[in-house]
Amino acid sequence: MRNPQLNEHGELQHLLSLDGLPKSVLTAILDTAEPFTEVAEREVKKLPLLRGKSVFNVFFENSTRTRTTFEIAAKRLSADVINLNVATSSTKKGETLLDTVDNLCAMQADMFVVRHESSGAPYLIAEHLHNTGRHHIRVVNAGDGRHAHPTQGLLDMFTIRHYKKDFHNLTVAIVGDVLHSRVARSQIAALTTLGVPEVRVIAPRTLLPTDVERMGVRVFNDMHEGLKDVDVVMMLRLQNERMNGALLPSPQEFFKVWGLTMEKLARARPDAIVMHPGPMNRGVEIDSAVADGGQAVILPQVTFGIAVRMAVMSMLAGS
Amino acid sequence: MQLPDAESMLHALVEQMRPNMTADTALVGIHTGGVWLAERLHKALGLTQPLGCIDVSFYRDDYGSKGLHPQPQRSGIPFDVDGTPIVIVDDVLYTGRTTRAALNELFDYGRPSRVDLAVLVDRGGRELPIAARYCAHTLAEPLAADQSLQLERNPSGKLELGLINA
Amino acid sequence: MRIRIANGRLIDPANQLDATRDLYIADGLIVGVGTAPSGFSADRTIDATNLIVCPGLVDLAARLREPGFEYRATLESEMEAAMAGGVTSLAIPPDTDPVLDEPGLVEMLCYRAKKLNRAHVYPVGALTVGLKGERLSEMAELVEAGCVAFSQANTPIIDNIVLMRAMQYAATFGFRVWMQPVAPFLARGGVAHDGEIAARLGLAGIPTAAETIGLYTHIELARITGARLHVTRLSSAEGLKMIKWARKEGVDITCDVSVNHLHLSEMDIGYFNPNCNLTPPLRTQRDREALRQGLADGEINALCSNHTPVDDDAKQCPFAEAEPGATGLELLLPLTIKWAQETRTPLVTALARVTSDAARIIGSQKGGHLSVNARADVCIFDADTYTPVSRSRLRSQGKNTPFLGLELPGEVRYTLVEGQVMFEAS
Repeated sequence: MRNPQLNEHGELQHLLSLDGLPKSVLTAILDTAEPFTEVAEREVKKLPLLRGKSVFNVFFENSTRTRTTFEIAAKRLSADVINLNVATSSTKKGETLLDTVDNLCAMQADMFVVRHESSGAPYLIAEHLHNTGRHHIRVVNAGDGRHAHPTQGLLDMFTIRHYKKDFHNLTVAIVGDVLHSRVARSQIAALTTLGVPEVRVIAPRTLLPTDVERMGVRVFNDMHEGLKDVDVVMMLRLQNERMNGALLPSPQEFFKVWGLTMEKLARARPDAIVMHPGPMNRGVEIDSAVADGGQAVILPQVTFGIAVRMAVMSMLAGS
Repeated sequence: MQLPDAESMLHALVEQMRPNMTADTALVGIHTGGVWLAERLHKALGLTQPLGCIDVSFYRDDYGSKGLHPQPQRSGIPFDVDGTPIVIVDDVLYTGRTTRAALNELFDYGRPSRVDLAVLVDRGGRELPIAARYCAHTLAEPLAADQSLQLERNPSGKLELGLINA
Repeated sequence: MRIRIANGRLIDPANQLDATRDLYIADGLIVGVGTAPSGFSADRTIDATNLIVCPGLVDLAARLREPGFEYRATLESEMEAAMAGGVTSLAIPPDTDPVLDEPGLVEMLCYRAKKLNRAHVYPVGALTVGLKGERLSEMAELVEAGCVAFSQANTPIIDNIVLMRAMQYAATFGFRVWMQPVAPFLARGGVAHDGEIAARLGLAGIPTAAETIGLYTHIELARITGARLHVTRLSSAEGLKMIKWARKEGVDITCDVSVNHLHLSEMDIGYFNPNCNLTPPLRTQRDREALRQGLADGEINALCSNHTPVDDDAKQCPFAEAEPGATGLELLLPLTIKWAQETRTPLVTALARVTSDAARIIGSQKGGHLSVNARADVCIFDADTYTPVSRSRLRSQGKNTPFLGLELPGEVRYTLVEGQVMFEAS
């Protein structure tokens, strides 16, 4: 089966998922992102790489924060950035996803940054571009359903490498709603590919996918056990609509059992770092004392995110 | 072809540059050979401004056709560029495109008072109106396009020129 | 018109026949097998040397999309597909628009089909009005109009009291009830088997328990009500195990499987191939192996195409938003042969599942076999020729199949319906 992310030479054509990408590609992206972090410190925070290229942020699902980071990244690469909030426009009028894509292609798009509420939507777009011979247009997945959020996964890996230098002797715990989390899936794929020997997930059984062990993780239901001696704690966001119902009884109970507090964090290694993809629910999945504490690297994640997205975009757009 | 000895060219370059060095002159080496060279020049000239380095990958004009260079390095300009006289250091001057990219990048950090170029070898084949103020050696005959002249650094730190035929 | 089909390898599962025999047809009926009736002179002789001659296929689930979904397919287009696939009898699920819950609609469908003079249609009526699971449909009237059984297609009855009453009422007349085993709430919102692949791809899962719990409900209610239960589109090894158990318990039960579930598993979803969005979902490779074995053993009675043409606008969507279903009329025979080859099942057994065994479930005496005086519905095919599945070759208006791009064995050369050659390969 043709991997739609890679061209016939095995080079990255689109960034759709971290699952199935070889370690060499992941490492190359992280290495490339490194020099981009320096650009933010300059007087002129702009590089000419994507000059004359049009990057379309096509968001079928609203997300101001993610869209903004992609926008900044593209603008720092000198691209023309067009933001389309499709959630409120064409698909509501009965236009199909591929109609929308065809229309944007006619506007000479060079790259689509796609956010969609349905898993796999960016694959459909990439496949459509392939089938219609538009091989020069690139697709970056900015989050699809529960499936993947590859740039978030990459910036998380970049952050871990920044603080921990090496992946090969780490224990990493991912905590919270793994079932509905595209972030968790991208993190698991990247961590296992990059050689982290122990990736743990900690969650109630209602928030874990069936057969999650098959992804190469160790399952814990208890925070005290799961956090023991970990080097990295990656918290997941709990969506409001899942807090009261058949998945969880209440946010209070969730916080009591799975919320990250200083007391629970004390089970981890003293130099453990705490990450969160944002936006945080303080008092639900994370206590403010942890979020604002010395072990949190949540803001550096955001900064690194721009460099990582610049790296991805410039690796895709050239050639 | 007999290549000139890099170490003796380095000394010649130091002597050319010395008269024009001021207290605030800064060197910026271009990755990778230019940085090795700049490190040696910095020491030999006894400059006080910290050494800068630049990877021009993000400014190359062949990005559109060749894509991003693999493994770009971090640029680092550890001094205030505004008002500073700067010498860009590279091992080999060829088309001038790398120098163009370095100039562009440098100006994104600020406005230097002047910029000069120092190279070990001018191999000819210029495609842009660029000349080196300091140049240790100019090849009598320009090299063919499929030949590549590169500075190498052996484990003891000694610099050597290498010719690669594609 | 008198036809002699000469020198073919005649496979007639109903009569356990697999031998080189000539077949003689007159006035729409089989008039001789091996020996011509006295005084027979053929108007036409079809040379079937190196070809297989078998009963026209009987498909237990073919959505022709009329009425209501003519933009997806029409009787004309799908009848052409049936003829090209050697399928001469079609059971039609009731999920048309409006649904087949009124005798008038059923009569119209039968009338339209008869006028086209292609495959015979056997409508399966809606068990409840509008498939809504609230009011019983007029089953007696619907049978008079032509329905052969009753079903809810893919729409489960949520209220078990209604389900029980519907089965009781059908049992009153001895009508067969065809049920898709699914526990509605467990399947709600799901689009793929709840397992490794769905977990990886972030697709909402449908657990195997949705099938087994639904199936158990149907079995228990069949036992209580005495309804004759036919279980449609089995998808799991656990489900098959339950069928075997029910039979041991003395429940009158038959079941079928679709060609998709016989050949594919969740792995085939690959990179979100919307053509693999099917109802029920493709399950694990272990499940597929069990279904293949079950069909060979006869524990699963029949194989069907579950033909569901879907237009590109509804199919070329993100996986979860794509409408489930695959086109299949033209693939029923090739995929039967492929399964037989791969499992070393004798062709006479394999073809039984798509001819005589399927006909028995419909309750048709006239189709599915080649005995003297049977209806002369015949399929003549070349088992050794492989043909690619491509959008352009498919005659069905639906181009949606997970098998696109594959080469499949079995090329239909002639299809005869009631003694008339309705399809002839060029």
